[in-house]
Amino acid sequence: MRAKVHVFLKPGVLDVQGKAVENALHGLGWAGVEGVRVGRTIEFDLTSADAAAAEAEVKLMCEKLLANTVIESYRVELA
Amino acid sequence: MKAAVIVFPGSNCDRDCKVAIERSTGAAVEMVWHAETALPSGLDLIVLPGGFSYGDYLRCGAMAALSPVMTEVKAAAARGVATVGICNGFQVLCEAGMLPGALLRNEQLKYVCKAVDLEVANAQTRFTAGYGDRRQVTMTVGNGEGNFFADAETLARIEGEGQVVFRYVNNPNGSTDAIAGIVNGAGNVLGLMPHPDRAFEVELGSADGAILFQSALASA
Repeated sequence: MRAKVHVFLKPGVLDVQGKAVENALHGLGWAGVEGVRVGRTIEFDLTSADAAAAEAEVKLMCEKLLANTVIESYRVELA
Repeated sequence: MKAAVIVFPGSNCDRDCKVAIERSTGAAVEMVWHAETALPSGLDLIVLPGGFSYGDYLRCGAMAALSPVMTEVKAAAARGVATVGICNGFQVLCEAGMLPGALLRNEQLKYVCKAVDLEVANAQTRFTAGYGDRRQVTMTVGNGEGNFFADAETLARIEGEGQVVFRYVNNPNGSTDAIAGIVNGAGNVLGLMPHPDRAFEVELGSADGAILFQSALASA
C-alpha cells in the first residue's frame, strides 16, 4: 500500500511562499490566479494490508512528525 | 554552577553558546550530543543552540525535537531546570511542545541578519530579572524562519499570562505582536529568536545577552 500525505499551512496562516509564487504567476501574465498555497507531499510504502489500520497509523505519523498541527493541516491518501 | 549545551547534527551556535555562558557567568559548560539518553547531573541551565538542526528538513526543529536527549530535556524542564532555546533552539522547543506557537517563514521571505532592539516585555522572569529597570536591550538576529505565530486563543493566553518576554522594537520578520521571545507557563523555559550568545561582550556590539545568562543562573 502506498501512502501519500499532503501537508499545507492552515487557512489563515500566512503562506509567504505561496504569495511569492502567486506574484510570479501574475508577473507571467496569469492575472486570474488567486489564493496560491505551497505545501508538501510525503509518499511512502506501507506493508500493512489493512486500509483502516494503515490510515490510523499514518494519521498518528502526521500528528507526531509529518505535520505541525499548530500551523499545518494534512490529508492522507492510501492506494 | 553548571550548564549544558545540547548539540544536534547541524547546530552551529553550540560553541558560541558555550563560550558566551562561560565568559558571562563562569559556569562550567558541558556539550551534550543529541543521541545521549542522560544529561549530566546537577544542571542549573540547559541551552538549545541556534543552527540548522537536521538541515531544517521537513520543518525547522521538527526532527531535533524527537532526538533521544529531548526526553531528558523535557524531564529536566519539568523539574524546573532553566531551559533556553535560542533561534533554532526556540524552533525545537515549539516543535517539542515545550512552548506554545510555531515559527513561520519570515514575512518578506528574506533571511534577516542584524542587530535588533528589543523591548523587555516582562522583566519579572528568571531570565530577565538582571535587566532591572531597563526596558530596552540589543541583540542580534539571524533567521529565515523567525516569524512567531500562535492562534488567537493561545496568543490571548500568553499575552494575558505575561509569557511574552521580548518584543522587537522594529519587527524584522512579521512576528505576531512583534513577539521575539516567550516563556512557558511555569516560567522556566524560554525561547527567543535573537541571540544572547552573539551579544555577550561590548566588543560584539552589545553585552546584553550576558545578563540573560547571568539571570538564568542567578535564579537557579
